[in-house]
Amino acid sequence: MQRIASRNISYYPGCSMATTAHESNLSLLELFNRIGYNLIELEDWNCCGSTSAHNIDSQVALDLAVRNLFLAPPDRPLMVACPNCFLRLSHAHFALNQDELKRRKYEKEWGTPYNTNLKILHFFDLLEDINVFNSSSNEIKSLQGLRFVSYYGCMLSRPNTLQFDNDYYGLIEKTLTSVGGESISWPYYSQCCGTFLSVAKPDIITPIVNEIMQGAIDAKADCIVTACAMCHLNLEVRCNMQNPVPTLHLSELLSLVLGCSEYKSWFSRHLVDPQPMLKSKGLIQ
Amino acid sequence: MNKNESVNAITDLSQRDLTFAKEVKRRSSIDFNTCLHCQSCAGGCHFSKYMDYMPNSIIRLAQLGLKQEALTCSSIWICVSCNTCSIQCPMGIDISAVTDAICQIAIDEKVAVGEPDILKFHQNVLKTIKRYGRTHKLEIMLRYKLYKHDWFSDMGVGLKMMTKQKLDILPSRVKQMPYIKSIFAQKKAI
Repeated sequence: MQRIASRNISYYPGCSMATTAHESNLSLLELFNRIGYNLIELEDWNCCGSTSAHNIDSQVALDLAVRNLFLAPPDRPLMVACPNCFLRLSHAHFALNQDELKRRKYEKEWGTPYNTNLKILHFFDLLEDINVFNSSSNEIKSLQGLRFVSYYGCMLSRPNTLQFDNDYYGLIEKTLTSVGGESISWPYYSQCCGTFLSVAKPDIITPIVNEIMQGAIDAKADCIVTACAMCHLNLEVRCNMQNPVPTLHLSELLSLVLGCSEYKSWFSRHLVDPQPMLKSKGLIQ
Repeated sequence: MNKNESVNAITDLSQRDLTFAKEVKRRSSIDFNTCLHCQSCAGGCHFSKYMDYMPNSIIRLAQLGLKQEALTCSSIWICVSCNTCSIQCPMGIDISAVTDAICQIAIDEKVAVGEPDILKFHQNVLKTIKRYGRTHKLEIMLRYKLYKHDWFSDMGVGLKMMTKQKLDILPSRVKQMPYIKSIFAQKKAI
């Protein structure tokens, strides 16, 4: 049964999707367009605060996240594609629902009651809810012959207060194998990529990322599939191995399955070009 | 004190600060006294080998009131809040909320933090948010390089990212900045 009835969905891209991971953003918009959903970018959204804010100033972290929640139109759900942004906005929503004093303070500042029923969705909530391949009139391309490993990183690890009803481990595998892809199990599916340490502590991150990449190579995977822009960046930027396998955003692969041919501007942004591999599998020309 | 010393040395409890645990609890809203010290968190943490104290040891420092050790340790900054420890924890303790609280006490009390480079990185991230309402990765990296006086170690990576359009020259901006500015108005550390 479908839980998400609205075809119009507010969309919070977040800084990574809007800048370093344009290709993830573009392919996600393409995907939702193809399956008949209207993603409406949240007007004038700001950074969720990311790890830096909640690490060094909890008040700044909450203020930044809350501004986005007050900007969200009340009549439709708010979808967040970046796992870190999703966690920050969900945390702020939880705080406003739990703490009436806090909520009142923000309501006074914004001059409007807070929508405590605001539904914050992750991309996976929709993916679980609908069968993307039934929702499109396009011809479905088969992933037959594509061996992939699913890389969730830490995106599904959440603190106790934010544990939700659904555990989405296995969703990438379920979705891609339903159109012929071959999922390979590997030990690194939930190992964190190291996120921001990539800048301040590359010496820590490179061995971690190399180990993950070696895991994919040992599994004889054609590619790693991720749904996190940060993981994608670290796997590409901090891996210093000679022959890494390409890492694909899940939205890119799903759009290709749905017959999208406007992928050039996505793949030109990959540090490890996935096009030769995708050509050999007949997924692109 | 490095990890080995902390394991082998006799812990000096004469300098305990018995208000510290209360302060960490107040800031984090986490009751870490339910910790069993089973070390599931340490076993699950992918970054523990780069830490001077294991995640549960940080909780132990707070419980014992070993404030200086806690405020100056590296681990609280190495933690990337990936929450892997929280899902391993049989008591469901949000350990990253505890490390956040200790980081913030360290900043407020102006102690010499264990990982000044990581603190600097976070401050640079927040500076761009303060200025544009969104992060600006190129500026964050350039500011960080300027602070480190290190223009060469990541030159190859930086150039690759530029050619692949991973680093936008101009920032993406929020239009209505007054509210954003007001968030940072009283924040001297940022």
